[in-house]
Amino acid sequence: MSGLNVQLGGQTVLHHVDFSIDSGEIVTIVGPNGSGKSTLLRAIIGAVEPGAGAVTCKPGLRIGYVPQKLHIDPTLPMTVRRFLDLPQRVHDEAARDALDEAGAGALSGRQMSGLSGGQFQRVLLARALLSKPELLILDEATQGLDQPGSAAFYQKIAEVRDHLGCAVLMVSHELHVVMAASDRVVCLNGHVCCQGEPEHVASAPEYRALFGTGTGGALALYRHEHHHSHDHDPDHAHEAAE
Amino acid sequence: MTLLDDFLVRATLAGLGLVLAAAPLGCFVVWRRMAYFGDATAHAAILGVALALAFDTSVFGGVLVVSLLMAFTVSSLSNRGYAMDTLLGVLAHSALAFGLVAVSFLQGVRVDLMAYLFGDILAVGVPDLAVIWGGATLVLVLLWWRWSALLTATLNPDLAFAAGIDPRREQLVLTLALALVVAVAIKVVGVLLIAAMLIVPAATARPFATTPERMALAAIAIGALAVIGGLQASLEWDTPTGPSIVCLAAILFTLSSIAQALFGRARP
Repeated sequence: MSGLNVQLGGQTVLHHVDFSIDSGEIVTIVGPNGSGKSTLLRAIIGAVEPGAGAVTCKPGLRIGYVPQKLHIDPTLPMTVRRFLDLPQRVHDEAARDALDEAGAGALSGRQMSGLSGGQFQRVLLARALLSKPELLILDEATQGLDQPGSAAFYQKIAEVRDHLGCAVLMVSHELHVVMAASDRVVCLNGHVCCQGEPEHVASAPEYRALFGTGTGGALALYRHEHHHSHDHDPDHAHEAAE
Repeated sequence: MTLLDDFLVRATLAGLGLVLAAAPLGCFVVWRRMAYFGDATAHAAILGVALALAFDTSVFGGVLVVSLLMAFTVSSLSNRGYAMDTLLGVLAHSALAFGLVAVSFLQGVRVDLMAYLFGDILAVGVPDLAVIWGGATLVLVLLWWRWSALLTATLNPDLAFAAGIDPRREQLVLTLALALVVAVAIKVVGVLLIAAMLIVPAATARPFATTPERMALAAIAIGALAVIGGLQASLEWDTPTGPSIVCLAAILFTLSSIAQALFGRARP
């Protein structure tokens, strides 16, 4: 993979965003609501046209995409197995392998609408894996999962990365979990505020300015749980640590 | 051609041709919540009838052109994020009103308005049959060709983009198919009941289907039953045929809903 370079100009939500991702890397984009995180991902998959600048990626790059939320209308009957056949039919064996890899092995015959949140996300992941992606893109894939659920999900992502050697680009709100699971963190607020290794970003002043001391506290809690407390702001620290 | 000499055979074939196209397309209308979209396109057809009669061209052509225009207008407006239900309500009913007014301007031509509003399936001739089956085949081919891409785009536009499918193009395919079905259906059930032939069989099929394909096939079967049964009922009791077909479809929908309420709840 030659990497991605994204530049969106004009009065759009993203201003002169430059960044790249290499194969085998797990990069997480964090940022407040409306900071353009999803827009950045949608630019990469081609769902939004950049006003200026360009997205360049390796020719024929295979992208696996796990959307933020997938609402399946209740009037649309859809088994998990049939869902995996979209848009291209796949062999039963490939489907079984992908489901196993995503930890959703037993769900093949179930209706999509009857799945729990965690099962649903695993099926979405399985579908994204079917194309043997070189770049796996996840947009807040753990929304609606409880903390053990999302921790298990990120564990799964890391396993998939190790197994396939693909790059992983994800957006998340769950800073404490994400920070631990990523190789690199990009802090976005219309532009790239700061980026680097999780520890580096967590201590960057731009990051603290964006997320305030509350989330900073949560990070500190995560990193230094045993000898750190934030008495000056207990509510925030508590809320973010949940 | 002796078989086609019987008006009942022609009527049955016309109804079945319509169902073959309308039922699978109706599934998409239901899945994508486009019911009002179908209504707007269908109601615009009466304007097409008026224009076709005024310019002395074929009704099928006039209806097709105006329906296409309406469908594309609605389709492009919906992409710009207008409040759709209000906008579609305005468009659907004003198209109908303008159409009715336009028909009244036609002088020298005696127009049987009821035939266009509620269909005149018993008067279907062999050329009509050719048009209906030609249009229906075109719609089926279109849906068959784009089926997987249409389903993916229906599930989630971003999922489609990531798979290299442009959901806007798929929406155009549906728009085109919808206009074709309207043009085909006007002779069978008329502009006011076209949307019913799209939606009711699909909705009736839903409880019995586990995959999109089975739902489409079941919708065709249910639509065919409604056509055949509705024709017989209208002969038996001397009722208007198009509405009779829709009535039977609605009864089947009610039965299917009751069946789902009784047996469907057992498995969550």
